Amino acid sequence: MNITVRYFASLRDRMGRADEALELDGDSVSVADVWAKVTDGQTIPDSTLISVNMEYTDADTVLKDGDELAFFPPVTGG
Amino acid sequence: MKVIVQQESFEPGQVIQEFQDGLPRGKHGGVVSFVGTMRDFNDGEDVVSMTLEHYPGMTEKHIEQVCAEAAERWDIVDSLVVHRYGEMFPNDAIVLVAVWSAHRANAFDACRFIINYLKARAPFWKCETTTAGEKRWVEHNSKDPKAEISDSEGVKRSA
Repeated sequence: MNITVRYFASLRDRMGRADEALELDGDSVSVADVWAKVTDGQTIPDSTLISVNMEYTDADTVLKDGDELAFFPPVTGG
Repeated sequence: MKVIVQQESFEPGQVIQEFQDGLPRGKHGGVVSFVGTMRDFNDGEDVVSMTLEHYPGMTEKHIEQVCAEAAERWDIVDSLVVHRYGEMFPNDAIVLVAVWSAHRANAFDACRFIINYLKARAPFWKCETTTAGEKRWVEHNSKDPKAEISDSEGVKRSA
């Protein structure tokens, strides 16, 4: 399946890219699996926020084809 | 309900009046507004400018959700949120939340609920430029002790 991963703010700076398209093998790939894939095996820092299709979610969420996954630091609007 | 996320600067009083001119006449007894403006200091350093980044689409979606929830929880006539992104300077308005209701208590409560939720959940990020020319991401909003309980309450109710 194919997904899009987006990174924002300081996390984008650390990753060195704003987004990427990923082709994943298997039917039960979680958010945590994707993070490990894009960071060479690291776990998701506690402060990192996660959204799938623009809704907040957690690292255990299983992805499906076409999903837009995003990782970002704590929000500071207002 | 109206939610605007825009790059351009705005004049809060003018925006409030223009929106109010479109509301049914005589149905509201007051408007409560909160305007967040940019400080020229943060974490002990002078700040000359700030750039706000956001997640287009998700930002609008979540602010609209909380405005809708506020309208369910309190008897209000209407609500308006304007939030800027891009570069801004001290004294510039960053955000406006305005709520109209027949009686003031509902407008005060709904306005507080919306701004607290927005600060806790809407995907915006501030990057400051100091007088030394350093660019730094703001890693957390400064604490407002009197708002803290309401902030967490707002997130819990909206999750």
